[in-house]
Amino acid sequence: MTEQTRIASTFSVLKEAGHLAFMPFITAGDPDMAATLSVIRELGDRGVDLIEVGFPYSDPIADGPVIQASYTRALDKGLHVNDIFDGVRSLPTEELPPLVAMASYALLFRRGVEEFVKQAVESGFAGFIIPDLPADEAGDVGKVVQSHGADLIQLISPMTPKDRATEILKAASGFVYCISVAGTTGVRDDLPPELTEQLNWLRTQTDVPLAVGFGIKGPEQVDILRDAADGVIVGSAIVRMMAGLGTSPEGDATALAEIGTFAESMVQATRKK
Amino acid sequence: MSIDTASQKATSQVPDVSGRFGEFGRRFVPETLMHALEELTREYERAQQDPEFLAELDKLLSTFVGRPNPLYFAERLTEHCGGARIYLKREDLNHTGAHKINNTMGQVLLTRRMGKKRVIAETGAGQHGVATAVACARFGLNCVVYMGEEDIRRQKLNVFNMRMMGAEVRGVSSGSKTLRDAINEAMRDWMSTVEHTHYIIGSVVGPHPFPMMVRDFQAIIGREARRQCLEAETRLPDEVIACVGGGSNSAGMFYPFVDDETVALTGVEAGGRGPAPGDHASTLTYGHKGVLHGSYSYVLQDEDGQTQDVHSISAGLDYPGVGPEHSYWKDTGRVNYVSVTDDEALAALQTMAKLEGILPAIESSHAIAHAFKAAKQRSKDEIIVVCLSGRGDKDVYEVARLLGQDLD
Repeated sequence: MTEQTRIASTFSVLKEAGHLAFMPFITAGDPDMAATLSVIRELGDRGVDLIEVGFPYSDPIADGPVIQASYTRALDKGLHVNDIFDGVRSLPTEELPPLVAMASYALLFRRGVEEFVKQAVESGFAGFIIPDLPADEAGDVGKVVQSHGADLIQLISPMTPKDRATEILKAASGFVYCISVAGTTGVRDDLPPELTEQLNWLRTQTDVPLAVGFGIKGPEQVDILRDAADGVIVGSAIVRMMAGLGTSPEGDATALAEIGTFAESMVQATRKK
Repeated sequence: MSIDTASQKATSQVPDVSGRFGEFGRRFVPETLMHALEELTREYERAQQDPEFLAELDKLLSTFVGRPNPLYFAERLTEHCGGARIYLKREDLNHTGAHKINNTMGQVLLTRRMGKKRVIAETGAGQHGVATAVACARFGLNCVVYMGEEDIRRQKLNVFNMRMMGAEVRGVSSGSKTLRDAINEAMRDWMSTVEHTHYIIGSVVGPHPFPMMVRDFQAIIGREARRQCLEAETRLPDEVIACVGGGSNSAGMFYPFVDDETVALTGVEAGGRGPAPGDHASTLTYGHKGVLHGSYSYVLQDEDGQTQDVHSISAGLDYPGVGPEHSYWKDTGRVNYVSVTDDEALAALQTMAKLEGILPAIESSHAIAHAFKAAKQRSKDEIIVVCLSGRGDKDVYEVARLLGQDLD
């Protein structure tokens, strides 16, 4: 039996305690890396379980308008991949929740998958979500990620047929990212019943934890998922709050407090009732 | 990515079942689209085996599009250059004035076959948008065209034209507000509507099966030209030349000649103002292997993998990627890719108008500019076929502005 990855052991501990994982998404470098690092610290202090860090990309087809706009802002200010690695490297990542890098395959391929993964893991990332790398193309990348002791997270969408899902699950590690609404990231008002059905079925097919993302709005939606999922991902809601950063010291304090309060409410909602 | 395309010999028997042209192509898209792409591939393969589908397409191409269009001997251009005999494949004579409609008619028939009622498309200069709007009007399909705000401003005539055909033109204000952002937005739309919507991509780009499918629908250009050249000259041409942005007219023109080893193939990219990053759109000349819009090909990108801004006098060539089959042809050496500047293209446009009475699109003028150079290098017994992919009516305001004339 191989040693558990950081992400796997995080989920094990939570499951043991009867909690769901709460995993917020933030964009790196919007408005700058200093702000990103202070948000990561704030989220850690508020007790979130994992943090997904988005690498700005020029053509993010998998993301909605809020996240794309944040990517554009960061890139317009000249953010580079190395700035993200350097910033994260300066954090005491072993004391923080596991960080998961969400990056387009375009960025990994350009640097070289081996080099990108090596540098990311060395700087403190524990896992990778590559939204435009479908399982069919992910075999070699998965091996590289695994060789560095990290997890390559697989995605399953409501459009994924069962036979395809079965194939995807064979490569699953860390957790499975279940996209809850067909389409791109963004805030929606409700969760479709088909999602619960799909999660229940996936549960019979794998022991790897199931995390639900895309369209989760806030604490009130957590209970619907409590029996079906192991974790909850919130994306654009926090990115929107981060837009208040970088204006003034007072603005920064207000935005940071708003993010912290929201994160804490989500952490509470995801704990065992 | 370990396959080394450079050591292979190009063949027309590509892509393979996973969409590989040598090492290029494939599918790099969100999981949400994977099932739809698999279904589309199956449906397309069935349609290609279905005599009724093929007959309906043939009929539309002859009665609605106006095919076959002529292969025209450009006598005065030939004299002017003093070398090889220059023939023009007249895609400019198609309905809507460009080759784009060959693809949209095929894909609209496919949309109907799949029982989908809604079509989306992206457009840069607006030629593909118009060709899609026309095809949708013809078959009563709901049509939404994504277009960068910057392009909407520059191409008012085509925007009006699309709206006349009943299409909804949606402005895209993200990123660079041009073609690549319109593609991003169309892909996003498709991810949330894929069950009832078909995405008609306008070039040989995007995830498998699009590069193969669009090439196949455009290959009628090369098939006709090959046959017409044999009829007129009783032999194949020595060289075939076409412009390359995303690469659909050139892919359609070259593909039927790929296995004819005696025929040299030359793709002409937009050289813009020069070789500095951001000044051109010569993806195959200056780009790196990378991933953009769902496929693996050459891309103009920075050292991080971020797509770079491009420039060309021609909105239709103004794209930072290129179809994966072109990357395959480049690395196998089957096609030679060269670059022509804004100024050379503009000069070729004027020469063509004065000597032949044909106003070519500024995109096609890139191919013509290179044909002048190539013809001079060849003897009078040799034959060059150039794809005149579209007519220049859409460009008159821009050309007038560049020549310092005011049309208003």
